[in-house]
Amino acid sequence: MSKNAYDTDVVIIGAGPVGLFAVFELGLLGLKCHLIDILDRAGGQCAELYPEKPIYDIPAVPMCTGQELTDRLMEQIEAFNPSFHFQEMAEKLVKLPDGRWQLTTDQGTEITCTVVVIAAGGGSFVPKKPHLEGLEDFEGTSVHYAVRKIEAFRGKRVVIAGGGDSALDWALNLHPVAERVTLVHHRDGFRAAPASVEHMRSLVEKGEMDFEIAQLTGVEGSNGQLSGVAVKSKTEGESTISADALLPFYGLTMKLGPIADFGLNLHENLIPVDTEKFETSVPSIFAIGDINTYPGKLKLILSGFHEGALMSQAAFTYCRPGERLRFQYTTSSSDLQKKLGVR
Amino acid sequence: MKITVTDLDGNDHEIEGKAGWTLMECIRDAGIPIKAECGGACACATCHVYVDEAWLDATGERSEEEEDMIDLALEVEDSSRLACQIELSDASEGLKVKLARDAVL
Repeated sequence: MSKNAYDTDVVIIGAGPVGLFAVFELGLLGLKCHLIDILDRAGGQCAELYPEKPIYDIPAVPMCTGQELTDRLMEQIEAFNPSFHFQEMAEKLVKLPDGRWQLTTDQGTEITCTVVVIAAGGGSFVPKKPHLEGLEDFEGTSVHYAVRKIEAFRGKRVVIAGGGDSALDWALNLHPVAERVTLVHHRDGFRAAPASVEHMRSLVEKGEMDFEIAQLTGVEGSNGQLSGVAVKSKTEGESTISADALLPFYGLTMKLGPIADFGLNLHENLIPVDTEKFETSVPSIFAIGDINTYPGKLKLILSGFHEGALMSQAAFTYCRPGERLRFQYTTSSSDLQKKLGVR
Repeated sequence: MKITVTDLDGNDHEIEGKAGWTLMECIRDAGIPIKAECGGACACATCHVYVDEAWLDATGERSEEEEDMIDLALEVEDSSRLACQIELSDASEGLKVKLARDAVL
């Protein structure tokens, strides 16, 4: 088995609150989990959208933030030692001759498992793309939504669009290597950290960086090589900035992605499941949390927790065929307490 | 109260607004596709709308939090607002807004 190949009971797609709590419920039944998430950390929407926002409807927790909820779930599942594969997207799912599954990520990780649990919320968080005609012709060559290697921008004229931390941080980090960095933002104000903004402004004042209050209107170039970025300013009108590369940083949006090609029945980008096992149209593939649908579905974190508990019972019968599943309480079961590492 | 929402194709939809609720909630409840990914927490900018000129004063100013979040919106205009940050009142009768592309696509 190669370095990035694994074998486990359950693969959970999505490390949001519902995926994390599923690790707990599956763990109590002795099932091992691997989790895959496109973000670089656990928490899903709670980490990406609501880290600082209050959540009031978690039973027995009158108020916590998205980050606190994530932190507490991570603490709760620690004893089960799940494996996380962050910054990876579940890309391909193949049924093996023995009835198990092989899941491959976009980074080449291969996980063989008995049960797949889709807990992908609203889908994968992917970069928001500006609506510019012909933009896709330059993606991957001149237009990038992330910086993998700073060196790739040495000597280049780089246009960075946006006003958040990513835009400001990369404007500052690429400034030493790039021929020229031009920051384009729709206003003379930024949501980015004030220290970065101040640093950027001092470079602009010294003439070492350009800042244009404008909006992107187009891309120019040929054969995937950008030559200019068209912008429109309220005061200056339209103009073109000569550029070799464009980095738009407008945050993330959610897309269902390759899950749509897993051969499951879908209804308006949601996965229909039954309400006994939360199983999809394909046996041993389950869907829990915001991504599933059934009569009466409520997109609540607590509903996802419940769905995970019931799903786990059914997952056990696939992973441990013939074994008897005994219903136990964590308060009284020495078996469960040993699994939790508290006994 | 009646509110008019113009979709990306330029079609007007007359929907029912409810005082005390946000514009985003009313658009969503009316079944008009709007991403509103964060569910109305001013945390994502995917309920971006353009407020009709005649309604700019009545809908008020963007808060600082909304202003920051609009940094993540595309094709921002002076009339850009996040629909989750517009709370409807009885004075909103007749409000007219247009969906932005990043609220749908």
